[in-house]
Amino acid sequence: MTAATIVTLIKIFLLVGGLLTAAAYLVLLERWMAAWVQDRRGPNRVGIPLTNIKMFGLGQPLADGLKFIFKEEFTPNHVDKALFRLAPIVIMTAAVAIFAAIPFGSVLPPLGINGVQDPIPLLVAPGLEVGMVYIFALSSIAVYGVILGGWASNNKYSFLGALRSSAQLISYEIPLGLGLLGVVLLSGTLKLDSIIGQQAQTGVWNVFLQPLGFFVFVIAATAEAARLPFDLPEAEQELIGGYHTEYSGMKLLLYLIAEFLHMITASFLIVILFLGGWHFWGLTGAGNEVTWPIAILRIVVLAAKILAVILLFMIVRWSWPRFRFDQLMSLAWKVMVPLGLVNLLVTAVLVEYGDAISQSIGASTLWVTIVLSWSITLAAWIGAGLLAPLSTDNTPRPLALPFDPESELAP
Amino acid sequence: MKSDDPSIKWIEEPKLGLSGRMYLPLFVQGLSTTVKHLFSPKLTVSFPEQRPKLGNPLIYRGVHRLNKDQAGRVKCVACFLCSTACPAHCIDIVAAPSPWPDREKYPESFSIDELRCIFCGMCEEACPVDAIELTSLLDLTGRSREEMVFDKEKLLSVYDITKDAEPMKSIAMGGTV
Repeated sequence: MTAATIVTLIKIFLLVGGLLTAAAYLVLLERWMAAWVQDRRGPNRVGIPLTNIKMFGLGQPLADGLKFIFKEEFTPNHVDKALFRLAPIVIMTAAVAIFAAIPFGSVLPPLGINGVQDPIPLLVAPGLEVGMVYIFALSSIAVYGVILGGWASNNKYSFLGALRSSAQLISYEIPLGLGLLGVVLLSGTLKLDSIIGQQAQTGVWNVFLQPLGFFVFVIAATAEAARLPFDLPEAEQELIGGYHTEYSGMKLLLYLIAEFLHMITASFLIVILFLGGWHFWGLTGAGNEVTWPIAILRIVVLAAKILAVILLFMIVRWSWPRFRFDQLMSLAWKVMVPLGLVNLLVTAVLVEYGDAISQSIGASTLWVTIVLSWSITLAAWIGAGLLAPLSTDNTPRPLALPFDPESELAP
Repeated sequence: MKSDDPSIKWIEEPKLGLSGRMYLPLFVQGLSTTVKHLFSPKLTVSFPEQRPKLGNPLIYRGVHRLNKDQAGRVKCVACFLCSTACPAHCIDIVAAPSPWPDREKYPESFSIDELRCIFCGMCEEACPVDAIELTSLLDLTGRSREEMVFDKEKLLSVYDITKDAEPMKSIAMGGTV
């Protein structure tokens, strides 16, 4: 085994361990946020086992995990056994495998050990040129986990949840891709670490150049992660949990962790594509030659940004009611897709003719891009608000003629 | 009721203005409400360490107690009015001839099944000598059903625990001795 292989294995262990721990603690954070927003205190009892030390409830994830492990894992008789077991594995594998192409930091300085003379990129698959394509392909596989689970459960609520989910995920993948395409056009690469590197080099985060793409991407990513107000697939109140109604024990835990991993993935992508990744002005520097403090600082900055985005997701959850399904679909097809197309068009024009326009005005390309894209965002947003038939009216109407049941029955 | 019934009043949904169609008022309103509650003082208390604040502990309907008179004897005269009034039939009294000259009977045993009790306070209302009262003790726990049937000694000990915090109605307030 070469040193490079060992380094990669260590990165995988760190990443998967970190992700699962992060998911467990995000469950705690989600419960805290839910409690605080509802003027409650939230879980604050579980601390170090066998002692009375409470530590604000930081032991709760451990207790939750133990509870899931020791719970009865009930498989109903009416399910398709093979698919029922396969579904959580599919969704979990896809959710974890996405992270092979997502950088979780910048680079580490060379360790100086034999065989590791180069800086170590904090990315499991640094050579993957088609990073974004890989991420999109795997995030589409998550739909399989959902629909397999709903189908195998052989239960109408689960199946409805799965159908809703597949329709929603497939619809929102289009605005997600359109929002992303602007960034790809602008930076000319599909590698996430190169996209961060470019934002760090220029010091201008993509959110300033791509505001419309940012809004479209954030909304579509919320829908892809099935977070409120787009959580129709699970809609506890309507579907008693949707596609994972019949699951219990560890299989349910796999589904729940996969859901949180989707949210973490969405936050990673938002931060990396639009909010500069590990870059912060005056703090982290830009180049690939780093010292240990800078390398660690970059990881911290990235983690802080991701946490901020996740906190936003969690506050959003308690702020707005769930969309109705027709509203969800019309938002995707009649608002988000056109907005994404406008963004794509504007970006393409700016990439091709930005220099020519700025030269004819006499301003710098950067400022022309920023001003143009923000004004077009504003115009497109207002246009979408005025034109979009969002409020499909389903209020009861008085009938024009009085209803006569006899005439309905007559042949 | 038919849809052309004249008593039905049809109301049009208010039209959204420009800002409403931009989603912005909804956005700001929802987010500001959530953030406000995120940092507002919490309404719940950490129960075992922190006691909930009761409006007026004197009229709270918690665990029962059997009052004692000035001589330290049980005030109850075993008249059975409380057990008759009890809608849950949770009071069980065995009367015996009183050893004291000032009354005819006294309760030889007096037990309340706290699990059957609905804490309505009718026993307290019914008692002619203010012997049975509901206290403000609200954490009522036990490990078995038998343990939750409070006998005379237990009810008298509840009086000893709560007599300082919640004094018995005095004569001045219209109570009996």
